[in-house]
Amino acid sequence: MRLEPVNNPSFGRKLVPPALALSATIVIASLLAMIAGANPFSVLGLIIKGAFGSKFALLETLNRATPLIFTGLAVAVAFRAKFWNIGAEAQLYAGALITVLLGTGALAWPSGLILPVIALIAVFAGAILLLVPALLKTRFGVDEVVTTLLFNFIFLLFISMLLEGPLKDPMGMGWPKSARLIPEARLPRIVDGLRLHWGFALAIISALCVWLIQTRSTLGYEMRAVGLNKQAAGFAGIPVNLVLVKTALLSGGLAALGGFSEVAGLKGSLTLDLSPGFGYTGIIVAMLALLNPLGVVIAALFVAGIFVGADSMSRAADVPTYLADIMQAISLLLMVLAIMLTRFRVVRD
Amino acid sequence: MDIIEILFTASFWAAAIRIASPLIFATLGELICERAGVLNLGIEGIMVSGAFAGWMAVYSGTGLWIGVGVAMAVGMLFGLLHSTLTVPFGLSQHVVGLGVTLLATSSTYYAYRLALPEVTSPPKIVAFQPYEIPLLSDIPLLGPALFSQTPLTYLAFVLVAVVGLVLYRTPLGLAVRAAGENPAAVASQGLSVTAIRMGAVIIGSGLMAVGGAFLTMSAFDSFFFEMVNGRGWICIALVVFGSWRPGKAMLGAVLFAAFDALQIRVQQTSLGAQVPYQIFLMMPYILSILALVVTSRRAEVPAALMVPFNKGER
Repeated sequence: MRLEPVNNPSFGRKLVPPALALSATIVIASLLAMIAGANPFSVLGLIIKGAFGSKFALLETLNRATPLIFTGLAVAVAFRAKFWNIGAEAQLYAGALITVLLGTGALAWPSGLILPVIALIAVFAGAILLLVPALLKTRFGVDEVVTTLLFNFIFLLFISMLLEGPLKDPMGMGWPKSARLIPEARLPRIVDGLRLHWGFALAIISALCVWLIQTRSTLGYEMRAVGLNKQAAGFAGIPVNLVLVKTALLSGGLAALGGFSEVAGLKGSLTLDLSPGFGYTGIIVAMLALLNPLGVVIAALFVAGIFVGADSMSRAADVPTYLADIMQAISLLLMVLAIMLTRFRVVRD
Repeated sequence: MDIIEILFTASFWAAAIRIASPLIFATLGELICERAGVLNLGIEGIMVSGAFAGWMAVYSGTGLWIGVGVAMAVGMLFGLLHSTLTVPFGLSQHVVGLGVTLLATSSTYYAYRLALPEVTSPPKIVAFQPYEIPLLSDIPLLGPALFSQTPLTYLAFVLVAVVGLVLYRTPLGLAVRAAGENPAAVASQGLSVTAIRMGAVIIGSGLMAVGGAFLTMSAFDSFFFEMVNGRGWICIALVVFGSWRPGKAMLGAVLFAAFDALQIRVQQTSLGAQVPYQIFLMMPYILSILALVVTSRRAEVPAALMVPFNKGER
């Protein structure tokens, strides 16, 4: 077999494969739930109900989507330039670390001043953290996949060391947990009484900014050119390495903003389980969004919906919660395949 | 105890060889994939699945070697999935690899929870026991270090030679290497690049799973979450460090394992006790990155690594 590009894909060709991928994911999840002893026909309903069925569920999904929008954007920006940042997890923690370093009393300023300052420094920290793998790539040709992956382990151990040492909350009853943020350093709720903080709005704004950068700025053009063909971009006079470094700074900063938003908006302190793999899930989000920054918002809502919905379903139907992760993995693999099939035709030799 | 003294104890080198064994299996597996032109980032999850499958098989009553076979078969299944998506369909090897890691890890944990719903601590199996090779194990220092290991460790080192021989001395090996260097040339010889690459990924994934099974069936006798703990990613670094050659990759794995064994021992000295334990745990990862920086300049990367091959294209 071989693949032939389809020049003007019809509406059906654009729609059918992704729809099939989605249905297959649901069928497989239902079968897996059946193995665990649940009624397979109730699975889909329970997931949707758990993710969007009530005001509480919906807010939970929006809250869960917020960090995923940030890490999804971080990955989308980097992958667009074919810079394989798998380290959004560490960069998110870098942003979270800055937030507790500065927000637990080190800066005693009013909200209007302290929040932007912390956010900016958090972005800076995330950018610096990704600068190291970026420079290792441009200077020494070291593959960034491995370095960013290994950085996740190193940085999480570093956070663990701080949480058991200098950052440990003396009132924390021995748990490795930082002190709580001062009230001025907390992101307020968008609407009083509703458990949704300004981090969500910040995520949407970030998505718009990234979209503007990618479609309306020289840097966006250069990033796409480098991603499409590095050599051709170089011949056209684009400083490839500089563009890669700028991409890395933007990507790391976005992921760190996610860490800031989680700590200042939701958690109020830093623990080692701040992120259940938001950095890695960001890759799924970015791929489902076809690396489009506005698509990231929708994909993040979808993935967060699976997560919250499958979590609630697994509790209702007494199925192990890992089903949510399996669904994410299957939807990722089938969706990249489906997206390819919208643009290529499989031809038998 | 002095660091120099540690280096001259048999138990230290025995530990280094033991720690190196799963890395050798998985590194060989990754090396075979990459030599054929496919980066397999499924390695981390495939190791998790192998660790569970082998252990679970033995726990359900099969023999140890059957367990190794089961682990290998599960790894090959994930290899089949990975290679189907990346080779004939030419999907991004980064994305598919990470997807396979997530799928293998989460389905393993799901299976674990289904098989053992109520346990708080996982049950133990009777793991592979050390086998002292007659005569050789009587050599002072070297004997207890090298020749009093479990059969799986011996298998790991034998496999280094086998993979080396097959890659460099057989037509099959030539075809695999050519598929990673110049797939068009392979196709012009009438061979199927798709078949060679898929075969390499399937076999390689099987070896990764055996590497995972080593952890539950030889190094320890039980399965824990987070057991693999980034070893797969380290193996990817070891392949680069070994310049895509089995012998060099093995040396890298032993060197790395020796360092790991050393840090465990230094951690227990009075000096080491003053340093936060996380610093020691970071060392393997930092060391891997440094190894990449040192070797990447002269790395002989397979020319067609991560380049999909589509027959129609010229």
